[in-house]
Amino acid sequence: MSKRKVKDTHLPVGECVAQVQGILRERLCHQQLPDKPWGVEAQHKHLLELLRRTAVHGESNSVLIVGPRGAGKTMLLKCVLRDLLEEKEAHKNLLQVHLNGLLQTDDRIALKEITRQLRLENVVGDKVFGSFAENLAFLLEALKKGDRSSSRSVLFVLDEFDLFAHHKNQTLLYNLFDVSQSAQAPIAVVGMTCRLDVLELLEKRVKSRFSHRQIHLLSSLTFPQYLERVQTQLGLPEDFPDTKFAQDWNDSIKTLCADKSVEEVLQRHFNSSKDFRSMHMLLTLCLSRVSVAKPAIKPADLLEASRLCFADAKANMLHGLSILELCLIIAMKHLNDVYEGEPFNLQMVTNEFKKFLQRKSNSMYNFDQPVVMKAFEHLQQLELVRAVDGSSAKTQREYQLVRLMLDHSQIMEALQKYPQCPTDVKQWAMSAFG
Amino acid sequence: MAALSQHPGYEEERLQRVAEQLPCREVQAGVLLSLMGQPQQYSYPSVFIYGHRASGKSHVMHVLLKELELPHATVSCVECVSVALLFEQVLLSFFGCEAASLLPRSPSLSDFVRIYRQQCSQSPAKQTRYIVMEKAELLRDTDANLLPALLRLQELVEDNITVILLSEIAWDKFRPNTGCFEPLLLHFPDYSKGELQQILSQDRHPSYSAEFYSSYINILLGVFYSVCRDLRELRHLAALNFSKFCEPLAEGKVKETDTHKLWRNIEPHLKKAMQTVYLREVSSLQWEQMQQMEEKESGALRGLSAHTHVELPYYSKFLLIAAYLASYNPARTDKRFFLKHHGKIRKTNFLKKNEKTSNHLLGPKPFPLDRLLAIFYSVVDSRVAPSASIFSQISSLVTLQLLTQVSHDDQLDAPKYKCAVSMDFICAISRTVNFDIVKYLYDFL
Repeated sequence: MSKRKVKDTHLPVGECVAQVQGILRERLCHQQLPDKPWGVEAQHKHLLELLRRTAVHGESNSVLIVGPRGAGKTMLLKCVLRDLLEEKEAHKNLLQVHLNGLLQTDDRIALKEITRQLRLENVVGDKVFGSFAENLAFLLEALKKGDRSSSRSVLFVLDEFDLFAHHKNQTLLYNLFDVSQSAQAPIAVVGMTCRLDVLELLEKRVKSRFSHRQIHLLSSLTFPQYLERVQTQLGLPEDFPDTKFAQDWNDSIKTLCADKSVEEVLQRHFNSSKDFRSMHMLLTLCLSRVSVAKPAIKPADLLEASRLCFADAKANMLHGLSILELCLIIAMKHLNDVYEGEPFNLQMVTNEFKKFLQRKSNSMYNFDQPVVMKAFEHLQQLELVRAVDGSSAKTQREYQLVRLMLDHSQIMEALQKYPQCPTDVKQWAMSAFG
Repeated sequence: MAALSQHPGYEEERLQRVAEQLPCREVQAGVLLSLMGQPQQYSYPSVFIYGHRASGKSHVMHVLLKELELPHATVSCVECVSVALLFEQVLLSFFGCEAASLLPRSPSLSDFVRIYRQQCSQSPAKQTRYIVMEKAELLRDTDANLLPALLRLQELVEDNITVILLSEIAWDKFRPNTGCFEPLLLHFPDYSKGELQQILSQDRHPSYSAEFYSSYINILLGVFYSVCRDLRELRHLAALNFSKFCEPLAEGKVKETDTHKLWRNIEPHLKKAMQTVYLREVSSLQWEQMQQMEEKESGALRGLSAHTHVELPYYSKFLLIAAYLASYNPARTDKRFFLKHHGKIRKTNFLKKNEKTSNHLLGPKPFPLDRLLAIFYSVVDSRVAPSASIFSQISSLVTLQLLTQVSHDDQLDAPKYKCAVSMDFICAISRTVNFDIVKYLYDFL
């Protein structure tokens, strides 16, 4: 009876879609941890072994996880920690300190954070007492007092490790690595960074104390794997309440991934970047188009999402310019062509524009100089045009040298898409010399 | 409208109200809503919305968050001159003033995240919290860590939070050099002419018919559309000039349907407005007063730029003229212009080809003090002693920003200057001292 009941739970479609959105959003947007790290099994094993040695046997270690943005560094570490803490002994014996280079911007802040996270005795509630020097001495003393056999081991996780290397004298890094090298309290220092040249940033004395153990997360993903990954990311788990719906959904994802046009789009994304973040962004955009009225992802959704991802921002901005501003941009393009990328000023642009107006008999675009100036300043505000040097106060506005931040093809493409572009303006843009 | 009404998790009535307040932006609002998902679901950590000025970025966000009663903090980066203000505002709107008072005097990002997490553990988010940053381009000028940290705030504070950045500038110009968490990019396209017309026609005067007002908007767009697509600016202009448009109607000269006559009446007026009110030469108050005074021709009032005439001492005028000549003439032509016995000037002969580009195109050139004085003595008729007053007049011209000192390496020994006044200005000055400057300018030979 009960078995049948479980099997036959049919939720209304709206409920199902809400569930799907909830599950997939948590996975794609919140970067929920997967059950098993994917494609980095070797690194996972290595790191897990290393951290277990620290947690269980009291061995001091230091390691750097290096990989490009969105390669899964944090995911790897979190998975390892999750697996490690499942072991009872490790769970009992390991203290964690998480630091982030973005937040702890100097050693003083970092030190306070460490004291706070370790709950040392000069912390009352949430406040930390003592000056920087006292704090450091206290912390080092506390770490020194411990030894391998008796004290609990500490895991230091330094996210955005390269930013810590910019601290003054690299005091924090020096002390952490020093403790990890000498026979004091067992600590493990795990740095995560996206810079491949991170060792060059370290001072000699800091570098010599680092164990030079690096874990590289360079993606060796092939396209079939990428496709499979997309499929698993969109798939629903086994324990979804409505099995019938989950089955249908997973089937529809399978047919989606087999679709020729979808494959083409994904190939394009794969060629532009292999990292998981950009894939998640694409899939989030697809997912947002799923609604009660349309409870499945169609190939058209993916095409639309991909179009959004690949849209050229500058072309979008050019589309919204007024005719006058467009004319100024064309004049600048001509100046760029003639003088081969030399900077120019507003006076020269106006001159070029006037030359165009003189050749045309109709004076539809006969604007005053101040109106032209206002349009030019708007372009400057949009940063389509940038001043060459910063001394803006010293020269008059019309003589300030600027550069155009667009290239030839962007302008021509924008011109093609421009709504109701006058023919003579188009012809002027086409003509090689103004 | 249909796009907006089918988002589960929100009340239909509220969605209806949202749709009413967002004319011509239903598509964008729909996309945004579907990205945000249901209130309790997670949303993408950061969304970057870009589009032109007055394309409804802030308005759409504001209406959505307000009407749907989502927890949010709206922060303008112009106001937040220090990060402390930003943190305070965010904490204040999410957790109340007690949380905000926990911040230390000059808080770091670390403090903010710590307090946020602390508060968040006491009152976890039931709905997605939103931080809307207006004018996000200013974030680039603050602390280098702020923007990357905001983009991954969801990960840092471990809360259901989404940061929405609004800007006029494309995302490419924001990216820090070591990269960051990429936000979801969303573009708000500009309003087309038809949409502008539709939006502008909404705020019509109740005493006139809708067709009448929309024909007025049509004429207004005909004049201004090629120059300006900014909705706010257009709306302002429409409000300012409407009374003039209605004038012939009030006098009973024409009927409402007589569009051509109305157009003939208003068109020169609007063209004049482009030269004055649009450039803020004449303030809108002055413009309204001018319209009331019938007999006074609009534009007869002198605008801001007409006030550039400055009363200067006699020798200062000549010093300025000499500076202008020194800046805009090549030094090798000085002999021909300012010495008594010189040969005939033939422009093509004594200059190389590349020097032919006009100085009025390239801008003023710097010149040494000696050259300024030499030209000054040549253009002034009487004998002037090089007294202290002459030199102090030069430095006071610098403080008036009519001249600029170029290199700051030496104040006394051979300083270099540049002339920073326009052609019109110098012509006006030289007219007051009966000096024909055009005769001495190499470009106009």
